[in-house]
Amino acid sequence: MTDFLQAIVNGFSQGSIYALLALGYVMIYKATRVISFAQPALMIVGGLFSYHFTSELGLPFWVGMALGIVCGAVVGMIVERLALRPMLGKPVFTLAIITIGVDIVLRIISNRYIGVQSRIIDYPNGSDRVSVGGVSISQQRIGLIAVTTVAVIALALFFRYSRTGLAMRATALDQETALAQGIRVGAVFALAWAIAGGLAAIAGTFVAAGNAGIEQTSWIIALKALPAIIIGGLDSVQGAVIGGLAVGIVEALTATFQPDVAPWLGANFSLVAPYALMFVVLLVRPYGLFGTKEVERV
Amino acid sequence: MTSRLRGRPLVRTSYAQDMALLNTPAKRRSTIALIVVSFLIPFMVTDDLLLVLTLGMISAVGAIGLNLVTGYAGQVSLGHAFFIGLGAYTGAVLGGDTDAAVTGYGLPIYVWLPAAGVVAAVAGLLVGPIAVRLRGLYLAIVTLGLVFLGDHIFREARTLTGGPGVGRRGPDLVIFGIDMGESGVVLGLDLAREQRQFLMALVFLIIFAVLGRNIARSGVGRAFSAIRDRDVAAAVIGVDLTKYKVMAFAMSSFFAGVTGALYYAVVGVFEPSAFGLLLSVQYLAMILIGGVATISGAIMGAIFISSLGRISGEIAHVLPFISESSGSGGLLSVFQLEAILYGVLIIVFLIFEPRGLFGIWTRVRNYWKGWPFSY
Repeated sequence: MTDFLQAIVNGFSQGSIYALLALGYVMIYKATRVISFAQPALMIVGGLFSYHFTSELGLPFWVGMALGIVCGAVVGMIVERLALRPMLGKPVFTLAIITIGVDIVLRIISNRYIGVQSRIIDYPNGSDRVSVGGVSISQQRIGLIAVTTVAVIALALFFRYSRTGLAMRATALDQETALAQGIRVGAVFALAWAIAGGLAAIAGTFVAAGNAGIEQTSWIIALKALPAIIIGGLDSVQGAVIGGLAVGIVEALTATFQPDVAPWLGANFSLVAPYALMFVVLLVRPYGLFGTKEVERV
Repeated sequence: MTSRLRGRPLVRTSYAQDMALLNTPAKRRSTIALIVVSFLIPFMVTDDLLLVLTLGMISAVGAIGLNLVTGYAGQVSLGHAFFIGLGAYTGAVLGGDTDAAVTGYGLPIYVWLPAAGVVAAVAGLLVGPIAVRLRGLYLAIVTLGLVFLGDHIFREARTLTGGPGVGRRGPDLVIFGIDMGESGVVLGLDLAREQRQFLMALVFLIIFAVLGRNIARSGVGRAFSAIRDRDVAAAVIGVDLTKYKVMAFAMSSFFAGVTGALYYAVVGVFEPSAFGLLLSVQYLAMILIGGVATISGAIMGAIFISSLGRISGEIAHVLPFISESSGSGGLLSVFQLEAILYGVLIIVFLIFEPRGLFGIWTRVRNYWKGWPFSY
């Protein structure tokens, strides 16, 4: 039972990273109808900015992270302006492939920075653990869950109450009508990419603050947010959060129990468990748990 | 009815003429010239370049397959690497030799090559029904998931694949008693290993290119295009969506399986990490840079992308800030330059020449066709 609860807690904290990334995917999808495969690179770049500000320049963790978020957001906006704005109105598939190209380029550049060692950010008292009834969690993970919660609530309030949030919702609903109402759709696209870049930077910072730090292979983590958004439904904000947490928890549960229960699935099955879960969900619900069904008009 | 007007080669008097394999005299002549030149290449080019071209031509078979499903039928597939991997391992297990670590049955190419295609095609048949339920980017992500699941299976099935870091040998290439892995006299010609492999790859490429072109210009190909352009409209005019989407995946996977088996028979030793997301992206790059929904474009793209490693090696000789080893010296290593070129080329082609190399060729051709007028 303790194993089970521990797995849930571990999965919840790892799932928070997926949820942050998944929110980024959903932001971009809702605004531009494109799935950005550049998210892994944005996560790495954002995390590396935070690393540079904290570990190299010696700024405090939270200041470094704030600067990292700003830089991540700026990178997101630059990508949108240079690679995606010229392609406005082209098929979404083309745009998605362009983001793959962007991802490759950004990742090669950041790999040059990373080199062979892993880049680890020191979280203040990060390895101290809080223990309740045999289940323990590190300070760093508590910080992650807290930051994720704040980010999700802030985004929800932003969309619900601010004028810009309203403009973004209108653009998501119908671009031409939004344009006719005087909304600057281009600015909305840029903002969506900035938010996605910022969220990815938060995720990257906490990946770097984890035990393994950021290595050349860390970008794989961000791809696990893809099953999360598919499970939650591509255009649903709460779906992204729930999907991300679900993927994290399923991964942790498989890591804990699969070696004993189903060893024939092979070592490290937990790494691909999110994709297996995605197949199951899609067979039952083709538009995810919370996604809007596409309506066919002839 | 099918008579041609003398001196008016572009006038067509029947639908069959319009849909013919080589529907203009210029195309007929240039294709024949191209094939003749291709058969002469192995006697004019050095062996290391021949190997690059050989691998490029084998990749072209897979690129044609991907073009069938993504270019013609419009179903975005990021899962091509999985099907290539299935083909490669089917070929290696059936055609390879047993040793301490891996099993192999040592069967001849007449068995393992078709089997590699069929096994991959069956996997494509199984994926097809999912594709029918999903559209656009949902499908892209699901096929992406397929690559990760496949990667896991290839890693874990150690008796078949050798496992990560170890790998296994591909099948032996012996056709009509001629071993493609050895040098010697064939039909009175003294052919080196690379020359034999080049000619073999060329023959396979011609067979599969004609096959691909025939699929594309037949009723099946037009059904694919109808689905790509507007699936609702296609269904209304009587195209069976389920049937044709499943067919597209099965056919494309067959091509992929054949490519996988042949490619790694030429390469030799390979390991499971070869079939990751990067391979899928490379194949997408081939058809995007070559030209979507064209057979010749897929071939051009495949040869171009396969030569990219060689090209970046040449660039490294010229530019001092690119190091030739994978170490940390210089601004970029050769491998990083190659990867960055993929990314940049994909972006540049999609933004400036969405029709790819084929589009550039069309523009050049039309310029001379219309010369001295600009249209």
